[in-house]
Amino acid sequence: MDEKDLELLRILEENSRLSQEDIATMTNLTTGEVAARVQALEAARIIQGYSTVINWEKAGNDEVAAIIELKVSPERDFGYDRIAERLCRFRQVKTLRLITGTYDLQIIVTGKNMQDVSRFVSEHVAPMDRIRETATHIVMKTYKENGNAFFEQPEMERLPYSP
Amino acid sequence: MRNFISGRATEIPPSGIRKFFDLVLTMEDVISLGVGEPDFRTPWNICESSIYSIEQGTTSYTSNRGLQTLRDGLSRHLEHSYNLRYDSNNEIIITTGVSEGLDIAVRAITDPGDEILIGQPCYVSYGPCVTLAGGMPVPVPCVEKDHFKLNPDTLAEKITKKSKALIISFPNNPTGAVMTESDLKAIADLVIDHDLLLISDEVYSELSYEKRHCSAATVSDLRERTITLNGFSKAYAMTGWRIGYLCAPKQICDAALKIHQYVMLCAPTMGQVGAVEALRSAEEDKNSMVNEYRLRRNLFVAGLNRIGLPCHVPEGAFYAFPSVEKTGLSDVEFAEQLLKEQRVAVVPGSVFGEGGAGHIRCAYAVSREKLNEALRRMEIFIGGLKL
Repeated sequence: MDEKDLELLRILEENSRLSQEDIATMTNLTTGEVAARVQALEAARIIQGYSTVINWEKAGNDEVAAIIELKVSPERDFGYDRIAERLCRFRQVKTLRLITGTYDLQIIVTGKNMQDVSRFVSEHVAPMDRIRETATHIVMKTYKENGNAFFEQPEMERLPYSP
Repeated sequence: MRNFISGRATEIPPSGIRKFFDLVLTMEDVISLGVGEPDFRTPWNICESSIYSIEQGTTSYTSNRGLQTLRDGLSRHLEHSYNLRYDSNNEIIITTGVSEGLDIAVRAITDPGDEILIGQPCYVSYGPCVTLAGGMPVPVPCVEKDHFKLNPDTLAEKITKKSKALIISFPNNPTGAVMTESDLKAIADLVIDHDLLLISDEVYSELSYEKRHCSAATVSDLRERTITLNGFSKAYAMTGWRIGYLCAPKQICDAALKIHQYVMLCAPTMGQVGAVEALRSAEEDKNSMVNEYRLRRNLFVAGLNRIGLPCHVPEGAFYAFPSVEKTGLSDVEFAEQLLKEQRVAVVPGSVFGEGGAGHIRCAYAVSREKLNEALRRMEIFIGGLKL
């Protein structure tokens, strides 16, 4: 990892669909060097994947998302790791973090509807060993995700010429 | 009826971009590379603190010099960023943009008949400000073979007994040129030998891509004879807020302050509050904008060279200044035809004074998508010329 790698990561994080030619020109690398560096970052699992930020509400999808906070008793020798990994295996769990505060783990879950989500929590999450308490918050609306604001901002108006 | 217009107002030239302005208003789908300001919105924390201050009723005048907290913050910022030491009580004035700072600086030091040397190409207001102050602007051309730096030999040729001051601006609008410490030392020798004053407009100082900006007043013994001008417009995307500052030794600062208090009273209060917040919390916003400009510059300058418009790599500001001489068109013809035929707006270099002819100024403070589209259109335009 060097300064160039960090620069590539910042560029890709913002927009992973730029052409390698443009990335190469912007970073003063050759196209070949960009390809090799990106491949190495992928191989090292520093780049974990590429995805698209979608405003599903706008796409007419009525899936429900919920943020669920969990109180967990940590395990000797493993802390929260084993239970976290177990939770990660569920397709419904999109995001999982260990957090400070009243709760220990926070997961973001999606489902077809409210019943779907609550069934998942009550049948699969809450009964798990070592989970002592859950608090489920249904997401009502997403305004911003991964740095992308979901509301329209008017184009900035600038004079066509200014000295 | 008499002609009421003063000789001085008659003497200053009309804006060189007026004609393009009128033309572009009649057109649609224009990509403008003619804008000398950031395309980013002001970071929200800055806006928010200003809005809050209005809600709190902070809407009256500030002291002539500007808010104490802002001057204190600037004093620390200048020392930390550029090793510049200015006393916040006696050596800093908050101005209504750098434009006002330049005006009061020039008026504070110019007597009728004084010659004011101006490194050109440069921002369009330097010459007219000198004329309005009763001085005589003397252009010192900075040329492409010097990478648009100010050449000490050219400067020496222009110095006369009447020379009073030199105005420079690096990183430069429109060329993007920067001056390193050693470049500035050669200029400092001349300025000191001929007992000149230096006005250094450093509004693009934060937009230095290769090296840390070297502020003129830190070079040799220039500080005692330098007026440093800077502002928040470019670095923090705050052009409309109109907040600049003037820094100079007390005696010069006092003279400028007298003019400032009579013509401006104080810079806009809400703008000053925003500027305090900019210094306090917008460092990361600034860095990410500067980084984006650098990426765009690399993309755009490589593109210009590829399509046949030779362009040196500008090390600062957000302008590329390619030569259009190979096309056989003058810079004004090129800019006009490019706008009419391919709807890309650029500014002819001659607008910015001597040394600018034969070049066009392209501001790359627009999105990468627009830059790529502008390059595509420019390539078609140039291809058409060769037929």
